[in-house]
Amino acid sequence: MSLEKFQYDNKIVKAFIIATVIFGLVGMLVGLTIAIQLFYPQFNFNLPFTTFGRIRPLHTNAIIFAFVGNAMFAGVYYSLQRLLKTRMISDLLSWINFWGWQLIILSAAISLPLGITTSKEYAELEWPIDIAIALIWVVFGINLIGTIIKRRERHMYVAVWFYIATFVTVAVLHIVNSVEIPVTLFKSYSWYAGVQDALVQWWYGHNAVAFFLTTPFLGLMYYYLPKAANRPVYSYKSSIIHFWALIFIYIWAGPHHLLYSALPDWAQSLGVVFSIMLIAPSWGGMLNGLLTLRGAWDKVREDPVLKFMVVAVTAYGMSTFEGPMLSLKNVNAIAHFTDWIIAHVHIGGLGWNGFLTFGMLYWLVPRMWGTSLHSTKLANFHFWIGTLGIIFYALPLYFAGFTQSLMWKQFTDQGVLMYPNFLETVTQILPMYMLRALGGLLYLIGAIAMTYNLILTAKAGKFIADEDAEAPALEKEAPKDTYWHRILEAKPVMFTVLALIAILIGGIIEFVPTFLIKSNIPTIESVQPYTPLELHGRDIYIREGCVSCHSQLVRPFRSEVVRYDPNDMEYSKAGEYVYDHPFLWGSKRTGPDLHRVGKKYPDSWHYHHMMDPTTMSPNSIMPPYPWLFDQYIDIDATAGKISAMRTVGVPYEEGFEDLALDIMSSQASDIVNSLSNDGIEVHPESEIVALIAYLQRLGTDIKVKK
Amino acid sequence: MYKQILESVQNVEIWPTISLVIFFVFFVLLIIWVIRTDKKHIQKMKELPMNDGTLNDQSKQLNL
Repeated sequence: MSLEKFQYDNKIVKAFIIATVIFGLVGMLVGLTIAIQLFYPQFNFNLPFTTFGRIRPLHTNAIIFAFVGNAMFAGVYYSLQRLLKTRMISDLLSWINFWGWQLIILSAAISLPLGITTSKEYAELEWPIDIAIALIWVVFGINLIGTIIKRRERHMYVAVWFYIATFVTVAVLHIVNSVEIPVTLFKSYSWYAGVQDALVQWWYGHNAVAFFLTTPFLGLMYYYLPKAANRPVYSYKSSIIHFWALIFIYIWAGPHHLLYSALPDWAQSLGVVFSIMLIAPSWGGMLNGLLTLRGAWDKVREDPVLKFMVVAVTAYGMSTFEGPMLSLKNVNAIAHFTDWIIAHVHIGGLGWNGFLTFGMLYWLVPRMWGTSLHSTKLANFHFWIGTLGIIFYALPLYFAGFTQSLMWKQFTDQGVLMYPNFLETVTQILPMYMLRALGGLLYLIGAIAMTYNLILTAKAGKFIADEDAEAPALEKEAPKDTYWHRILEAKPVMFTVLALIAILIGGIIEFVPTFLIKSNIPTIESVQPYTPLELHGRDIYIREGCVSCHSQLVRPFRSEVVRYDPNDMEYSKAGEYVYDHPFLWGSKRTGPDLHRVGKKYPDSWHYHHMMDPTTMSPNSIMPPYPWLFDQYIDIDATAGKISAMRTVGVPYEEGFEDLALDIMSSQASDIVNSLSNDGIEVHPESEIVALIAYLQRLGTDIKVKK
Repeated sequence: MYKQILESVQNVEIWPTISLVIFFVFFVLLIIWVIRTDKKHIQKMKELPMNDGTLNDQSKQLNL
C-alpha cells in the first residue's frame, strides 16, 4: 500500500474566513443600528433605505447567510479535505462557490434597502437572486459530494454526514419555499396563499434554523472541538443517534411557529409533539460536546478557543431546551409576538453560531499562517466582553417580552383591558431596548478586537496556501461489512438519498393534507380578492417591511379580540387569507396587530399617521414615511399584477385588467374626497392613497354580510 | 388525478398517527443498530479527525 502525496487547499478557506469577518462586522453593525432605532426612531435618518422595516431583513440576511454562511463554508472546506484525506475535487468549483456567494450577498445588500423583498422571513430575496442561490448551492453540493466520492478515507466521519444533510435539506427548503410567479424583474408573488403560505414559510423558516444554523455547525463542533481539545469526541455512538434523530425530527417541528393561528389544529399539535422530542437529540449532542472535554477542563481555563466553544455548546443546549418549551401552547401564548422570541434566537445566534465561529477562527488562523495567536489576552478580552454582550442582550429582552405580554393580557376587575392603548405596553419596555443595544455594542466591540487580533496574527506568520499531506489510496474493493452503518458511510450517494428521504417524510405528511383537502381551509363566502388599488397598497406594505413590526393575525384569546376587534370580537379565520399571496401574518408585534384595522380609523388618521406617527400616537416609535406622499404608484404595472395573481389562483375574471384602471381611479377618488373633507389635498396616484385603501380593507370582508 | 384521490381521503386525523408510527419504528431500528455496532470500528471513526495525514502537524508544533 503506497502513500500518495497531495496538498490541502487553504486559499479557499482563507477567502471564506475574510468574508466571514467582514460580513460579521457589517451584519452586527446593522443589527446595532436597528436596535437603536427601536428606542430612538430618528436613527432611521428619514430615508426609505434606512428605515427599520427595510434594514431589519438586511440584518437577518447578513448574519445568517453572509456571516454564518461564510463561516460554514470556511469550516467545511477546511475540515472536509482533512476528514477525507483529499483536496477538494475542483478548485474551480470552490471559487465559483465563493464568488457566487459573495455576489448573492452583494445583491441582497443592494436590493433589501431598496425595498425589493418577498417579505417571507429569511427568504426575502426576490426571484432572480433565488435562482442564483439555487445554482450556487448546487455548485457547493457537487463540490461536496464529488470530493466525498474521490476520498482516500473509506468511512465518513460524523461531521461529513452533517454537511451532506445540510446540503440536501437546504436545497429542498429553498426550492419549495421560493416557488413564486414573477410580476416584473424585481417583484413576484408567492405561489402559495394564506395558511398554506404560512405553513410552507415556517416549515422553511424553522428548518433554515435547523439546517443552516444548526446541522453545519454541529458538523463543525464534531470536528473542531475534538481538534482544539486534542482528544476524540466523547461518544461516537451517540453522535450517530444525534445525527439521524435530529434530521428526522427537526423537519416536523415547523408548525410550532404558528400556534393559535388559523393553521388546522392537527398540524399545530404535530409541531408541538416533535418540538418536545427534539430536546433528546439536541441535549444528547450538547452533552457529547461538553463531555469531550472530560479531563481537559484545565485547558479550558487557558485556551480561548475552548472557552468560546464551551459557551457555544452551552448556548446550543440552552436554546434547544428553550425552543421546545416555547412550542408548548401555554408558554407560546405568552411568548409569541414578543421580544422573548428575539432573545431566544439571539442566544442561538450570538452564543451558538457566533461563539463557535470565533472559536474556530482563533483555532484556524494561527494554523493556516503557521504561527501562534498574536494575543491570547486580547482573545480573552473578546471572550468576556462577548459573553457580557450576550447577557446584556438577552436578559433585558426576556424581561421586556414577559412584561409586555402580561400587559397585553391584563384585564381590570371591571373586565376591560387594563392597557387598551398598545403604545403604553411599548413605552414601558423602552429602557430594556436601550440595554439590549448596549449588549449588542459590547458584542460588536469584541468582534472588532478579534478582527485586529487575527490580522496581526496573520501578519506575524506566513500563509500556507497549500498544505502538504500524504495518505494511502483508497482500496478498490470495500472489505465485506455486515454492520449497516459502515456500508452507509462507505456509500455517500446512498447516504445522501437516505438523508433526503428522512427529511422529506415530515414535510410531505404536513403539506399534503393541508394542500389537497378542502376541509382544512374552510372558505368564507364574503371574502373577495383585493381591488387593483388595494393590490398596489399591499405591495407598498410589503416593500416597506411593515410585517417586521405588525402582525395580521388576531389569535383566539379574549385579550386579543377585545383589543383588536372590540365591536365584533372576531379572531382571524383561515378562510380570510385565501387571496393573500404572500401571507403577512408576521412574527413580532412591535406595533399592534393590523388584521382588523380596516375602517377602524378615518382615512385622514392614516394620512397623518404615516406622515408622522407621533401626531396621532404621541411617543410612538414608528418611523415616519414621508416618501409615500411624493412617490406615485406605477399604474402600468396593474395589469401584470392582476394576471400574475390570476395565475396563482385568485379568481379575477378574464378581461378584468381592462376594467382595472377605472375601478382603481374611482376607489382612489373616494379616498381623495374623504381626505379633502378633512382639509387634506392629495394626488390620487400617490402611494399613500393606495396604502390607505389596503389598510382600510384589512379584515373587513367577514363583516360584509352582518 | 392524484389530487382527486387525495381529496377523497376521509380521516385526516390518521395522518398524525401515521407520523408517530413512522417515527417510533425508525427510532427503535436506529437504536438496535447502534447497540450492535462493532467497538473497533467506532474507535477508528472517533479518531479520524486526529489523523489527517498532514506532514507537519501544526498543533503538535505549537504545543497546543
